[in-house]
Amino acid sequence: MPAILNAEGLWIVVIAATTNAACALVGSFLVLRRLSMMGDALSHAVLPGLAAAFILSGSYSIGPLMLGAVAAGLVATLLIHTLHHYARVPGDASMGVVFTSLFALGVVLVEQGIHGVHFDVKCVYEGTLELTPFWTWNVLGYDLPRAFVVTGGALSINALLVALLWKELKLSAFDPALATTMGFSAAAMHYLLMTLVAMTAVASFEAVGSILVVAMLIIPPATAHLLADRLGAMVLLAVFIAALSAVLGYLAGAWLDTNLAGMITVAAAALYGLAVLFSPRHGLVSAARRNWQIALRVVSEDLLAMLYRVEELGGQRRLGAAEAQSALGGGLLARWALAKLLRGGRVERAGDRLELTATGRESARQLVRSHRLWETYLVKHLGLPLDHVHQGAHRTEHYIGRQLRDQLQQEVEANAADPHGREIP
Amino acid sequence: MLPALEIHDMTVAYHRRPVLWDIDLAVPEGKLVGVIGPNGAGKTTLIKAVLGLTPLASGKVEIYGRPYRQQRRLVGYVPQRESVDWDFPVTVRDVVLMGCYGRLGWFRRPGRAERQIADRCLEQVGMTSFARRQISQLSGGQQQRVFLARALAEEAKIYFLDEPFAGVDAATESAIVNLLQSMRHSGKTVFVVHHDLQTVREYFDYVILLNLRLVACGPVAETFTPDNLHKTYGGRLTLLDEVAEAMRQRERAR
Repeated sequence: MPAILNAEGLWIVVIAATTNAACALVGSFLVLRRLSMMGDALSHAVLPGLAAAFILSGSYSIGPLMLGAVAAGLVATLLIHTLHHYARVPGDASMGVVFTSLFALGVVLVEQGIHGVHFDVKCVYEGTLELTPFWTWNVLGYDLPRAFVVTGGALSINALLVALLWKELKLSAFDPALATTMGFSAAAMHYLLMTLVAMTAVASFEAVGSILVVAMLIIPPATAHLLADRLGAMVLLAVFIAALSAVLGYLAGAWLDTNLAGMITVAAAALYGLAVLFSPRHGLVSAARRNWQIALRVVSEDLLAMLYRVEELGGQRRLGAAEAQSALGGGLLARWALAKLLRGGRVERAGDRLELTATGRESARQLVRSHRLWETYLVKHLGLPLDHVHQGAHRTEHYIGRQLRDQLQQEVEANAADPHGREIP
Repeated sequence: MLPALEIHDMTVAYHRRPVLWDIDLAVPEGKLVGVIGPNGAGKTTLIKAVLGLTPLASGKVEIYGRPYRQQRRLVGYVPQRESVDWDFPVTVRDVVLMGCYGRLGWFRRPGRAERQIADRCLEQVGMTSFARRQISQLSGGQQQRVFLARALAEEAKIYFLDEPFAGVDAATESAIVNLLQSMRHSGKTVFVVHHDLQTVREYFDYVILLNLRLVACGPVAETFTPDNLHKTYGGRLTLLDEVAEAMRQRERAR
């Protein structure tokens, strides 16, 4: 089991965070352009370029590999575009055809063209994050892990270009047609972005492998998209989430003694899951909570109005707690609603019966007033028959506030009674 | 005086199938122009061809006597509302600021002057109180007003609006019409792709009647006639359609 807090461990976290940040930075624009799968496509399609560069140059040096990969990435982008626009292959199919074919071509090139030298396809998938601290380059007198220098370079280039072309990237992602008419060719921005994606993918392969690259291009930006409502915030948040995934994934991976790149992806996916559940605007839990609160409010108001109507009958009869709850459909919601009214001091217990307090009676009166004004309005202005209006008013009463009530009051011109002949309180 | 827009013998084709045939027209400055025709008549294509978004198969387009590429700064464009992603993480003011991007050119960021222009344009369309909202929270009519404010921020002389009235409420429609008319009064030329024949006389002072070819182009009073309308909407242009289809078929068979 790798130690968590030592020089190697820290280097691994730093390298993973750098890689993830570089990916998330360009990935944000992929996600916004609805091109998430282009990350997957390009990171596969660069393989023949890598193989060809290796065969031609006979070395692992980063320069030729990068050139080969970017060239292959651009060829893939061009092929996907051409298939889609000129051969009229659907967009997703053209992407699928191109990247699988190019990847296969790459595998064949590796098998056929590279003998006696280690070129490990499995390593392209999973990466060798665990080993990165041990392969160092001397930069300005410091021994730095090669992977850190390479991915740090990719991160710097991405950050520089995103900063320089911020408004152009924003506009061409949001409204490509307007961007083009203004002279910022959306096509040029597309190819630039694809170049950055291919470059970032290759820079990251050695360290983290293609699975993590594809994940980091998509998952942190998608998470940030759920949480942020401005582009700057989204991109910064994506970078932060990507780096956080590296830290969490490393800790979990070291603890479980398993593949670190895999664990970092799992960490990112877990963060995404949290955002799906708890994002304030789009989150499932937040939405469920909002729905529950509305349902609770409606049921408690129904309970108030019911008690009011029973009082209105003039008799001594009052509802019991169980009776009232079952009239509201029973269940948890009714029980909570009653508890809420008791706690809020709008209803009190008199023996085993329920009694409205003064404040409770006032809110109930407003509700019943809304209900009956609305019924009157429906009959008077929409000419609905009497037996049609109660259900509608029963639903609507919860949403008619003071202002609407006053408007309704004017519209129905101070009728003292609703269409059923009952007083409007 | 030079016409604001002049199109000379323009043909536009998608996959070799011509969708606009031999268009010739000239529109003088300071008109509010309705681009009218049935679905599939090529109205959007006309605009996209003028703006260089769709390549011309033949012919030429001139804005104040010069090709579009040299006159970009004079032209504002409002695409169809559905053409963009309204979940995009930008605020209303961010979108309006985009109108200034063309003037700024590459690399330069919008500054205080641009933000003031954006705020003024938002005020003109009555959306000031929405400036900080994220755009996904807007109604259809509000989205269209934001797009219009963005066009105003382009500070152009000629505008092309693609269906600005599609899916907006009556209040927004009349607000937009008022705005377009005041733009015309300040000497702008505004082209509007429009569907509702009932309102053409009321809204526009110039029309382009289009159905794969140019039916007529001129002042509303003389051009928007039952006879021309019949040519535009009545009697399908069967032969034109058939020839186009034949060209497409042959292209596919090759």
